[in-house]
Amino acid sequence: MSKTLVVYLMAVPEAPELAAAAVEGGADAVELGFPFSDPLADGPVIRRAAERALALGMRTSACLAVLARTRDLLPGTRLIPMTYASLLEAYGWQRFAADAEAAGASSLIVADLPVDEQPELRRVQLVAPTSTDERIRLAGERTDGWLYLVTLAGTTGPRAELSPALSGLAARARALAPGVPLYAGFGISTPEQARAAAALADGIVVGSRALQAAEDGPGALRAYVATLRRALDS
Amino acid sequence: MSWFGPYGGRFVPETLVPALDELERGWREALADDAFRRELHELLTAYAGRPTPLTLAERFAPGTSLYLKREDLLHTGAHKLNNALGQALLARRLGKRRIVAETGAGQHGVATATVCARFGLACVVYMGEEDLRRQRPNVERMRLLGAEVRPVGFGTRTLKEATSEAIRDWISNVETTHYLIGSCVGPSPYPELVAELQAVIGREAREQVLAAAGRLPDAVVACVGGGSNAIGLFRGFLADEDVRLIGVEAAGAASLASGRPAVLHGARSSVLADEDGQIVDAHSISAGLDYPGVGPEHAFLRDSGRAEYTVASDEEALAAFRDLARSEGILPALEPAHALARARDLDAELVLVCLSGRGDKDLAEVLARS
Repeated sequence: MSKTLVVYLMAVPEAPELAAAAVEGGADAVELGFPFSDPLADGPVIRRAAERALALGMRTSACLAVLARTRDLLPGTRLIPMTYASLLEAYGWQRFAADAEAAGASSLIVADLPVDEQPELRRVQLVAPTSTDERIRLAGERTDGWLYLVTLAGTTGPRAELSPALSGLAARARALAPGVPLYAGFGISTPEQARAAAALADGIVVGSRALQAAEDGPGALRAYVATLRRALDS
Repeated sequence: MSWFGPYGGRFVPETLVPALDELERGWREALADDAFRRELHELLTAYAGRPTPLTLAERFAPGTSLYLKREDLLHTGAHKLNNALGQALLARRLGKRRIVAETGAGQHGVATATVCARFGLACVVYMGEEDLRRQRPNVERMRLLGAEVRPVGFGTRTLKEATSEAIRDWISNVETTHYLIGSCVGPSPYPELVAELQAVIGREAREQVLAAAGRLPDAVVACVGGGSNAIGLFRGFLADEDVRLIGVEAAGAASLASGRPAVLHGARSSVLADEDGQIVDAHSISAGLDYPGVGPEHAFLRDSGRAEYTVASDEEALAAFRDLARSEGILPALEPAHALARARDLDAELVLVCLSGRGDKDLAEVLARS
């Protein structure tokens, strides 16, 4: 079965066109980052992109409008807002989920909301190499569609090597969350890393490197995503 | 997990949750262990210099019995050491040999560097570039104590970013590292743990004021940034319903007076944030109060009405600094100078103020404004 390729983009005004380019390059799903001023899980690339987006006025309602325009351009692609708890706290947890869905969101990721907080909020759960078996089982039960495997103890951003912790985490998640698709993210940026991660999981998520490619426009992003697609399909 | 009404919780990446569970278990076991408590008591006494005295400030506040709880006389010059010693003992129990911390004014950084030297632990302190500039002596002290001070050069370049960077370091090194947070903020169990370690201030102060004045004070007053010296003082008097608990924030960093519910650094609290939940910059002459968040227990005490929170401006704090220096021969840190500014205009006969730290670190800032 073909491996799933998820591309993370920051919710900026040109995000719909960038998302379309990513899909042309072979992305199956797009995460749209709703920027937060103090993103604990993010490394320098996403942090800087969030700062720039906030300076452009990309607050929650503007991000939802970008999501809706992306949905118009890409009626068949999974679109997943990824953000932080403070935005939902301010907007209203369930109101956020409802308005995101109305704008075309397929699901939701909240980077600083562990599985035991806000259990009624339907979302993609994250598990990490430090997660206990009990927490992986709970995340597998509660997650919305797939489990996000955080490959390493650390923040987002490119690394020289794929995290050696992924294989153990993927094996545990397979056993503890049977039947749940597993997509690996954090520290995956090259075609070689994409292929190696996809050998262990059902899909991969690429963020920081995609944002860097997107800085050079839709054409550069499409070309970068295509290199990952080829690596996953080879 | 500890919640204070609707405040507190654990809003952190999943990677940290098992470490927080381990910390909470370790802390409970340590509290129940007589040997741990004895060792901490011995360190607080023989190494740190507890109990700190209570001083009657007769010339600063004529007509009022205003007592100062002298945390400025504690080793390293501020109350921060109470917390750093306890957490260092805990880190050793948990087998963590590397410590990361954030610092604003540098007092917590110095306390952390000190306990790391004392226990032979590796120490990395994150500090905003703006604070490095205005608290130079403390940067030099940390380096002399063997700590690595890492400048944080993005965002506000103050305590908020330093805290975020310390947490990111912890996420990346969680197996080997203890995060020695400096205030009663952060994800559970930190707010409770820090409050318990600072509660020694209030326990001592209550006994001392009863011995000195023969009764409980009308009000106890402390400055509030993250709020650890205040919560430590308040804990001693929470059950004494007639004692007013008064926290004083910097006017430009009034998380309790003008904040709203938001999530910052792993906890839900009252935060300087906009209507979208984005954190707003704080401004204060005092690096230790220059923080847009506050401990969740303070938000709870505000809502419940048990504690009152007010503000003092930069100018009022500077005036109180100068007046205490000239009238009592004590140079306070700029942080407790905010508490002094409000304490002296209280309509009360017997007042106790936590003098949470000494002012040596602030001399350049004060002289530049004179």
